[in-house]
Amino acid sequence: MLSRVADSLYWMSRYLERAENTVRQLDVTMSLMLDTGGASLESRWQRMIAALGKQTGTVWEGSLEEMAHKLVFDRIETASVKYCVNAARENARQVREEISTEQWQRLNRLFHFVHSPHTEAQFRSNSSDTLASIIDGIYLFKGTTDTTMIHGQGWQFIRLGRYLERAYATATLLEVYQHDLFEQASGERDGHLYLEMVGLLRCCTSFEAYCQVYTADLTAGRLVEFLLLNRDFPHAIRYCVDGIRQSIEAIQQSGGRRAPDDLTAGMGRLHAMLVYTSIGEILSGDPAAFLHTIREQCLRIHELIYRYYVHYSIQSALAV
Amino acid sequence: MNASHPVELETLYGDYPLDHAFDEMREPSGEVRAHYRALAEALAKLPAEELQRRKQSVDLAFLTQGITFTVYGGDEGTERIFPYDLLPRLVTAQEWDHIERGLTQRITALNLFLRDIYSDAKILADRIIPRELVYSCKHYRRQMRGLQVPRNVYIAVVGSDLLRLDSGEFVVLEDNLRVPSGVSYMLTNRRVMKRTFPQLFSSYGVRPIEHYPQLLLATLRSLAPEGRPEPNIVLLTPGVFNSAYFEHTYLARQMGIDLVEGRDLVTHDNVVYMRTTDGLKRVDVIYRRVDDDFSDPLVFRPDSALGCTGLFNAYRAGNVTVTNAFGTGLADDKAVYAYVPRMIRYYLDEDPILPNVETFLLSEAGERKHVLANLDKLVVKAVGESGGYGMLIGPHSTAAQREEFARQIEANPRNYIAQPTLAFSRAPCLIDDRLEPRHVDLRPYILFGDKVNIVPGGLTRVALEKGSLVVNSSQGGGSKDTWVLE
Repeated sequence: MLSRVADSLYWMSRYLERAENTVRQLDVTMSLMLDTGGASLESRWQRMIAALGKQTGTVWEGSLEEMAHKLVFDRIETASVKYCVNAARENARQVREEISTEQWQRLNRLFHFVHSPHTEAQFRSNSSDTLASIIDGIYLFKGTTDTTMIHGQGWQFIRLGRYLERAYATATLLEVYQHDLFEQASGERDGHLYLEMVGLLRCCTSFEAYCQVYTADLTAGRLVEFLLLNRDFPHAIRYCVDGIRQSIEAIQQSGGRRAPDDLTAGMGRLHAMLVYTSIGEILSGDPAAFLHTIREQCLRIHELIYRYYVHYSIQSALAV
Repeated sequence: MNASHPVELETLYGDYPLDHAFDEMREPSGEVRAHYRALAEALAKLPAEELQRRKQSVDLAFLTQGITFTVYGGDEGTERIFPYDLLPRLVTAQEWDHIERGLTQRITALNLFLRDIYSDAKILADRIIPRELVYSCKHYRRQMRGLQVPRNVYIAVVGSDLLRLDSGEFVVLEDNLRVPSGVSYMLTNRRVMKRTFPQLFSSYGVRPIEHYPQLLLATLRSLAPEGRPEPNIVLLTPGVFNSAYFEHTYLARQMGIDLVEGRDLVTHDNVVYMRTTDGLKRVDVIYRRVDDDFSDPLVFRPDSALGCTGLFNAYRAGNVTVTNAFGTGLADDKAVYAYVPRMIRYYLDEDPILPNVETFLLSEAGERKHVLANLDKLVVKAVGESGGYGMLIGPHSTAAQREEFARQIEANPRNYIAQPTLAFSRAPCLIDDRLEPRHVDLRPYILFGDKVNIVPGGLTRVALEKGSLVVNSSQGGGSKDTWVLE
């Protein structure tokens, strides 16, 4: 497959995953605001922006409604849902011949939905419904992707983008929240902390899944264990890393080229971190540093994929 | 009209003048032509709301399918639905047979002309066409001199624009020999029409066109370099900002070939490769949708990054086929056009089946004088432009516009031609919920590989604005499906 095409499919998928993450975090943050007791609007909003990986640049001010509107509909703000959907569609448009007609139509509908003045009006009166519709649009696209596209290299690049983005986003989220979780957790177990923990789980659509594994008894340690090390839950980092590894292997097999040593090594290192470390070791050590390393490893894998499959030098390719 | 089923057609018509222009559906007396009767009756039976409902469902289908084109000159990347009309344009079997023979003859002669010009130029030595006309053409490519192109095919993909005059006769307005576009709309219109009027369609016995992508692929395959039995065929697009990008992706998908941009290609030792995730892969045939100028910065415009550096040398070495060939724009230059009937006689020793439109060459002093005196009655066109750009329509122009054109003509007469304002034919269109006639042309698509192949039909382009004569999509034109009857 053309390198440029792989690049576009990968980013199409990453941007949609990013839009989904933004929508979900916004929804959770807005519903947490309804309980006035806990942290302030200002601190919650800043924490969410940090969890979205956007610490610099934009000044966020105004009422919650104004900021929320901007985070969904602003065309220029790179964290916004509209920005991500635009970027995903623009990438899809450039590989229109590679994706199925059904996929393209799904994405087009989502694009027109986010751009419709009607949607903005709906958001002002009932934000939660609008956010749910956007998530639905993204789910439909993912389902259509899995059912209408050949599961060849292109699909694997889509999967790669999805899981890399998700692993990175979950690691960022945990890193931002871990201070609140552990600093405040020592001592009281009041209702607010409970709400915060539920919120964190809902950011990853994992509240129900958590309860199935650990019951509704929420503790910070279990929560981190679940989102970090669970191998069966699709939003857990361990699960995502397994997905990344499978996709890279599939791409190598279909291409018939030997995997480059540094990519194999980088992948193995990240995998080993999650498989051969217990939650006790992580928590008694430096959890923030551990999460940070995971993020760095994700970035490294992204770079290696690009160096090997997308931006390789002509000389190295001719030498093979 | 069938007496036993009287149809209240009059209620269907809006503002429907029948004057000197040929009407595709109605006789000058107002009676519906025989082959349009079934259509007219079907329309008369449909409630107006039903027609509107079908139209809205098609609109929505176009939008969600992203069947749009990009308009230049507005905001960057403005996308619009390609305007279309819901009613088919009908062409009878005899009419089509005549068109098909005429185009086959014409394209054969044009290809021989290109081959001649880029080898011995006998037609110039025999003084059939003036030397300076050819060598002053901005699409003439001296780099093509003496270059052997595969199977001697210069123009594998052609779209010629036909008009129908008041006499009912088809004439050729222009040939598009560089990168003709619009074929995806022809195919999409057909798909939509089959869904919108299934019964009418099947009752008419319409000849199919859906195999066009397959024919195109076979044409491209037949032009592959020697010794490449399983050629890697790609479609080269300028990219997502090109107005025809939808078409490029559509054709690539329908043919199952890779859609590449210049940045995907590299040349090494006069071989073209594309960058894939599995390393470099050799490219054998390039269906080029990028203009000559932008194809290779080493040979053509040095400031263009749309093409592939070194492409022309690989082409010259015979390692890759690029089609259409470079320099084919010479033969669709609007001044060279005036000589096509003479080419047909010269190369084929036949009389032209499809005539030209009368054309004044402004480089000739006598003709120039006549044209400048009659600018308000004539259509003036820049010879190297396409898409309806660089055009003056005399009767619809202001004095200031005519003055501006007169000045440009005096400055560079070779760059312009003039033609009479043609009363070309009109076909009924659905305007609001009534039928009104609008001017139409017809662009059939001709493929030329082992032999000439024309799918029965083409793109009927419509000047949707009332009274307008401009059918280009970039200038407010639309299209309708073309049904060639068995």
